[in-house]
Amino acid sequence: MIAHYIKSFTLWEFVKAHWLTLKYFFKPKATINYPYEKNPISPRFRGEHALRRYPNGEERCIACKLCEAICPAQAITIEAQPRDDGSRRTTRYDIDMTKCIYCGFCQEACPVDAIVEGPNFEFATETREELIYDKAKLLENGDKWERAIAANLAADAPYR
Amino acid sequence: MTAFFQSLGLPFEGAWLLSTIIGILVIALPLMLAVAMIIYADRKIWAAMALRRGPNVVGPLGLLQSFADGLKVFLQETIVPSAANKGLFLIAPIITFTVALMAWAVIPFDTGVVLADINVGLLYILAISSLGVYGVVIAGWASNSKYPFFSAMRASAQMISYEVSIGFILICVVLWAGSFNLTTIVESQKGYYGLLNGNGFNPLLFPMAIMFLISALAETARAPFDLTEAESELVAGYQTEYSSMAFALYWLGEYANVLLMCTLNALLFWGGYLPPLDIPVLYCVPGIIWLFAKILFFFFVFSWVKATVPRYRYDQLMRLGWKIFLPTSLLFVFLVSGFLMLTRYGGAA
Amino acid sequence: MIQVFAFYLFACIMIGAAALTIFARNPVHSVLWLIVAFFNAGGLMILLGAEFIAMLLVIVYVGAVAVLFLFVVMMLNIDFAELRAGFVSYLPFGMLIAIVLAAEILLGLGIWSVGPIELAQRAAPVPADIHNIQAIGALLYTRYIFLFEMAGLVLLVAMIGAIVLTHRGRSGVRGQNIDRQNRRRPQDAIVNIAQPVGKGVEL
Repeated sequence: MIAHYIKSFTLWEFVKAHWLTLKYFFKPKATINYPYEKNPISPRFRGEHALRRYPNGEERCIACKLCEAICPAQAITIEAQPRDDGSRRTTRYDIDMTKCIYCGFCQEACPVDAIVEGPNFEFATETREELIYDKAKLLENGDKWERAIAANLAADAPYR
Repeated sequence: MTAFFQSLGLPFEGAWLLSTIIGILVIALPLMLAVAMIIYADRKIWAAMALRRGPNVVGPLGLLQSFADGLKVFLQETIVPSAANKGLFLIAPIITFTVALMAWAVIPFDTGVVLADINVGLLYILAISSLGVYGVVIAGWASNSKYPFFSAMRASAQMISYEVSIGFILICVVLWAGSFNLTTIVESQKGYYGLLNGNGFNPLLFPMAIMFLISALAETARAPFDLTEAESELVAGYQTEYSSMAFALYWLGEYANVLLMCTLNALLFWGGYLPPLDIPVLYCVPGIIWLFAKILFFFFVFSWVKATVPRYRYDQLMRLGWKIFLPTSLLFVFLVSGFLMLTRYGGAA
Repeated sequence: MIQVFAFYLFACIMIGAAALTIFARNPVHSVLWLIVAFFNAGGLMILLGAEFIAMLLVIVYVGAVAVLFLFVVMMLNIDFAELRAGFVSYLPFGMLIAIVLAAEILLGLGIWSVGPIELAQRAAPVPADIHNIQAIGALLYTRYIFLFEMAGLVLLVAMIGAIVLTHRGRSGVRGQNIDRQNRRRPQDAIVNIAQPVGKGVEL
């Protein structure tokens, strides 16, 4: 009882709390210095979408529309037509990145590993319009990130 | 300095005016710089205790962050809500800012280094800090918006409540020093037990020092008593409708007030510009450096408390002010005056 | 020179603010003008050399009383049309007061013109070597100690009276008892039991 009052008038709880925060003051930081340092990310990381090509430069996508069908956010729009050489290709492949929920179902559904979610997560834009990706943009992403995507797919392959 | 300008051939009034204006600038401009750096320090300290990094991009170690923020705010559009009371809405931040600067006139930075060495210095500070509430109250009312209004209500009640106990705490110090003059108060703290400088080392005044620190937190509406800007309830409190320079003036005024309270803590209880120990070697360091070191220490304490203690509920704040601080400070006024009566004045009425 | 300038500055602003206190339509503006008037009155006191009174004026009237005024006035939802409607019925009474005041001012001026009051003789002698805080203290706590204490007592009675009159002891309110909360220990609140299966819990 008396101990309680001594504790309360000497602000003992506050002293203890401040001692704790002082210890934390000198501890190493828990956060990283983001734009200069980045966390390691998993090979399964689902970031910005990309359309891949075969090593000979032929695009992988065969316009099977499985990704369009499975997309829970209905963010993907595909139109297809036979190309001059007779192969079935997309004429339009749009992803509305503002709708996308990054569930990764599209890359799971893809039979030819054409549409993938790459390791890039820094694709913020200043307008909404820039986030509505068309085929050219997705292919460009594929070219840009191909090495990282291929490495990630190879790293994840044993577990599939 | 007046004498210097008089020797240049100016009449006394002109010389006095010129030297006073120079004195004001010499205090106010470094103060603004200090406020900018102290905002940065606040964010850094708070971040470090939360294991974050804080601002570190603008300038080396982020040192120029406050200036970048100031520039950004300066370039913003000044928005005056159409339903607001325009004149008062714009005057309110100016009141807060001016009042925050005014109090610095009587702060002694070293022996005799003070803009206005008036013999009611402490009362002047009390008077000026009691004006500070108007900036908030007028802002809350003139915004014609409910959250700023609630905030203004809270601010006025909170500041009046804690001014009462601050008054009693200051009376203890004034009784001990026998003067309202801040220089005299600082000088009277010399040589406790022949070694220590500072009223805080006096067992009768140490509890007052702690209570003054806590009351100062409440008076400047810092965490854990920042109910006037409790963001979860009141958006941004009385600043909700403000933007651009008006907002910046509040920011500057608030931190200038915080610095003032830190300085008062140092001056009244911890020896101001005197070194902490009464040893001749320590007097080689200029007094202003000791004062700055103490101010910085108290600012660190302010940030430290902000990082540690969660916000009080409003009724808890009022309970602390009226039911705990007021009786305790009254008791200490009684104890201090009784002690002085017995020892210094020989027990005779 | 500078004193004269300061005097006229403070005096003019004070009179202007006082007039605006009356003429302002909005009661909040009235209170704010009143604050300006108080503040300038403080400035005049400083010019008189009574810095203690000046500071007390600012602390007590500006810092506390006017804030409470403002507090109350801001909360009021005043209907200006209604206020103006009642104006005519108070007019005779208001006129009477105005006439009495005017007569008093005229009387005062008349007496003044008969022979100026020697202000220097009426003012208390100012001791040269002590501050006026000490001078006030020396008088207040010796010669006027009884009146001073009585005034304090009257204020105390008034305060307690106001609290007694307005305080409502509401029943059935579950208030927070912080002391009891703080005194609660884990061992009072938590029991650790080995609960057998199917026996039910004792609450």
